[in-house]
Amino acid sequence: MLSKGLKRKREEEEEQQEEEALAVDTWWLDSDHPAVAPAPPAVASSSLFDLSVLKLHHSLRQSEPDLRHLVLVVNTLRRIQASMVPTAVLPPVPSLPAAPGMADNLLASSDAALSASMASLLEDLSHIEGLSQAPQPLAEEGPQGRPIGGPPPSLGSLDLLDPATGCLLDDGLEGLFEDIDTSMYDSDLWAPASEGLKPGPEGGPGEDAPELKETELDYLMDVLVGTQALERPPGPGR
Amino acid sequence: MIPGIETLTQDRLWCFGQVKGTIEIGATEADIISTVEFNHTGELLATGDKGGRVVIFQREQESKNQVHRRGEYNVYSTFQSHEPEFDYLKSLEIEEKINKIRWLPQQNAAYFLLSTNDKTVKLWKVSERDKRPEGYNLKDEEGRLRDPATITTLRVPVLRPMDLMVEATPRRVFANAHTYHINSISVNSDYETYMSADDLRINLWNFEITNQSFNIVDIKPANMEELTEVITAAEFHPHHCNTFVYSSSKGTIRLCDMRASALCDRHTKFFEEPEDPSNRSFFSEIISSISDVKFSHSGRYIMTRDYLTVKVWDLNMENRPIETYQVHDYLRSKLCSLYENDCIFDKFECVWNGSDSVIMTGSYNNFFRMFDRNTKRDVTLEASRENSKPRAILKPRKVCVGGKRRKDEISVDSLDFSKKILHTAWHPSENIIAVAATNNLYIFQDKVN
Repeated sequence: MLSKGLKRKREEEEEQQEEEALAVDTWWLDSDHPAVAPAPPAVASSSLFDLSVLKLHHSLRQSEPDLRHLVLVVNTLRRIQASMVPTAVLPPVPSLPAAPGMADNLLASSDAALSASMASLLEDLSHIEGLSQAPQPLAEEGPQGRPIGGPPPSLGSLDLLDPATGCLLDDGLEGLFEDIDTSMYDSDLWAPASEGLKPGPEGGPGEDAPELKETELDYLMDVLVGTQALERPPGPGR
Repeated sequence: MIPGIETLTQDRLWCFGQVKGTIEIGATEADIISTVEFNHTGELLATGDKGGRVVIFQREQESKNQVHRRGEYNVYSTFQSHEPEFDYLKSLEIEEKINKIRWLPQQNAAYFLLSTNDKTVKLWKVSERDKRPEGYNLKDEEGRLRDPATITTLRVPVLRPMDLMVEATPRRVFANAHTYHINSISVNSDYETYMSADDLRINLWNFEITNQSFNIVDIKPANMEELTEVITAAEFHPHHCNTFVYSSSKGTIRLCDMRASALCDRHTKFFEEPEDPSNRSFFSEIISSISDVKFSHSGRYIMTRDYLTVKVWDLNMENRPIETYQVHDYLRSKLCSLYENDCIFDKFECVWNGSDSVIMTGSYNNFFRMFDRNTKRDVTLEASRENSKPRAILKPRKVCVGGKRRKDEISVDSLDFSKKILHTAWHPSENIIAVAATNNLYIFQDKVN
């Protein structure tokens, strides 16, 4: 299968850090053999996480996803994500002692976001199949990114909440992470990042791919909601 | 050929028999063979393809003149089993690809088989007609009605021989019972029921009843977000009509007894091997996913195929398999690439020979592997047009893992991952095997001295 590469603007320092992180994670490779055999037609992204996210996205794009493939990719993604959490504690701004904690929050919220989005997508699948009764979860979340009535309108899944007060952390802290590439967390699987979250300089090149995917995802969501309205009880075969 | 006699001889030699199918230039995706199955006597060999067609080959009678030449398999019947369908409610296209074919034991002159695509199982009757009635009173020879006024005498129609015609008719259609994709069907030893399994459910059918099935396994969680495991294969015990097994994407096998309860969500036995910590990786779960499960003919063992190995389990021992065979362990270091190109999700099948002494499974580069359980020897053979001379002995192949490559060896990096042997079948009593290589069907037999 051909995967579309993710275009990312990376600074050299971050690239190095990520390579280090990957090196830590490559205990799964057999030391006797080359880590990765020369790959067939290229996938631009270099990390396993990105690859898995792409696969998940690709799988969900199918009119009727292969459930086994989907479940295996999701489980693998969870494993990879779980292993990535410790490496993110490497503080990008070492001078601030609070930084590791903040990084944890970032990843914790994205972890929750990923779980929530995967959960919602699997939930969507069950809606398609017409065997789950409650439409509420879908309605509540709505087409991704669009606010629905009650909940705070701009609460995208990556907005940081101060654990104590539940208020949005002010932009000063956002500035701490401005130089970190968060495009992997801004993937269209979940809410498109609100303007304030995406670091300014990186707004440009990354936009094209996510924009395209967002349109398709919206379409997919519309179809799901529309399909749900047409459903009837299961046939006589059961 | 007495099954079992091979254990007294040296390494069995396999010869090319026949190859069916078009050469590559003319092949379309619809021609890709998706299932292969001998019937219970081995007289018939059925294949299903991606285009929804079933082709049945029949073994010709061995001539008394040429005792040394085994009967060849020739086309007996071809029919379109499944057509592409469109589910208007869900706006989904349903593939016509035949996922599985299972024969029913023969009970009269006709042959019956079950064929299934992702959603619908069909029972087909294949029967011969070699006589036709002639001499009707009210119709003429072309079938046109005769004017009753012209009839002056009455005669009794007689059956006259005609050229053999083989016709396939759909006798039952079992539809609308599966929300997810059917991966297995299995005929019960009572010959009255069969089961069909999809990713999350297994249904039990009676052959006579098409508008109703019993759900016997349901692993769909209340919240789909809790879904972490799917059913990958299922099969009835060959002798005990109350027992069946099903495998999962997490590498486990559950044995269920239908007498215990109507819904067999709680297993009677649970087979799982603890994970080897030294082999742990991000891909551990994917490669442990079982792609096929088969009872031995004796009913004492089950064989499972996961991405890198074939395992034999004793029904009486749940905590680990009694035998593990490495199919292509050289791929263990390539898992990342294989994940990237999705090959890691390929579903290989496995088969027993008639005496349960040898097991066979496919690999890449059109290689397939056989493991002799008694001698512990294994061999790698290749299904290719180059080895296609009649009665040509197949040369064992070897994959070179590293270091210096010998003349006849092939290096791991040169393997063609688009040429995969997913489907194979073994004649129930003789050493004849059928190997599906993309759109070609190879038939090999052991060397007759």
